[in-house]
Amino acid sequence: MAAQANIDRSTLVTFLLRLADDHLILGHRLSEWCGHAPMLEEDLAMPNMALDLIGQARALYQYAAEAEGEGRSEDDLAYLRRERDYLNCLMVERENGDFAHTMLRQLYFAAFMQPFWAGAVRSADATLAAIAGKAVKEVAYHVRHAGEWVVRLGDGTEESRRRMEQAIEALAPYVDEMFETDPVSEAIAEAGIAPDPASLREAFDRTVGTIFAEAGLEFQPVQFGQTGGRQGRHGEAMGYLLAELQHMQRTYPGAVW
Amino acid sequence: MVKPASRHGEHRRDNASFWPGRSGLGQDVRQDAWRAAASVPDPEVPCVTVADLGILRSVDIEDGVAVARVTPTYSGCPAVLAIELAVEAALREAGFEARVERVVSPAWTTDWITEEGREKLRAYGIAPPAKASNSVRSLFGETDVACPKCGSHETSRVSEFGSTACKALYRCLDCREPFDYFKCI
Repeated sequence: MAAQANIDRSTLVTFLLRLADDHLILGHRLSEWCGHAPMLEEDLAMPNMALDLIGQARALYQYAAEAEGEGRSEDDLAYLRRERDYLNCLMVERENGDFAHTMLRQLYFAAFMQPFWAGAVRSADATLAAIAGKAVKEVAYHVRHAGEWVVRLGDGTEESRRRMEQAIEALAPYVDEMFETDPVSEAIAEAGIAPDPASLREAFDRTVGTIFAEAGLEFQPVQFGQTGGRQGRHGEAMGYLLAELQHMQRTYPGAVW
Repeated sequence: MVKPASRHGEHRRDNASFWPGRSGLGQDVRQDAWRAAASVPDPEVPCVTVADLGILRSVDIEDGVAVARVTPTYSGCPAVLAIELAVEAALREAGFEARVERVVSPAWTTDWITEEGREKLRAYGIAPPAKASNSVRSLFGETDVACPKCGSHETSRVSEFGSTACKALYRCLDCREPFDYFKCI
């Protein structure tokens, strides 16, 4: 039997759903690029990263369903909850925008997840540690891939630089939410299950700072960021996203293939 | 000698009487089961078997059932289910009652690909992964990848992500051939 940390069930499930939802929703957004990327290599790269994210989400939903113990399956959690029940941060649900916007968002999320998974590898919870053991390798590729594009576009033509600067401005209000701490994240950190998001800021700033320096870009912090995703309060984009994501299961309940 | 195949999950009769698990024969049976499972080719890279790739972790005989343990390469690898079904089918084919279990820890690493597997990949036109997957790579570090066709080290990466989750796209600057590189993780 896998080692389990000392934590109450609903805290663990909330924590797992936040994490799983981040990955499912961003994976869905990336998959929207399939067939629309600016070049063939990126047409392969983005669905590949989406696959990593959705694969990680599946493992997390399976564990959340098991921890919850109410007979819901991973599919129920992924496809059959209402908008208010999704606990992803707001950044991952934002529309893709242009390629620069998508790549910058990818860099931000991966630069946040990299130190998270690195810490979770040593989790007191054996299941999460196992998921982290795979994810930590995958996210390294995401940081590298997105980072290279941010440099290429930021340090590229006048037009590509303008797009990257626009992306920095558009995403700035959504960065701080990733690092929010609340009683759930505190309890999880205290139980040795996963690092508290706030503790990841230094590593994030270092990664993004290195890449921005290379790209000649500047990070623009905002005074008041957007928040609410962790409590299920989402932006307008989320409803449209879920309509597409859930369409099959809502139309043909229980459909499998 | 072995039980005829029956569907996974069906209730089994007690077969202790004709299952030779306790004798020296048990080891042979286990090896037969391993050979059967190990022969399954990877669905996306069919030149190598699941054993060559190191994703077949073990095959044991437990209560008369051949239990194969398989680990996914990537979290989202879409071939996982196909591999599990193929391993189960191969064991059935060999006359075993079979079950496949998925193990995620320890996480698969390309270091588990056997020497034979690396050679097969190269012969197939896929550059095998660099060794020592856990070494810390610098953010923009490039790996030295030799062209599987002409052996030249003058190669460049076209894309970090290739036709499957486990491969990247490269091209050889000497013989000009594009090729897949099995990513090191």
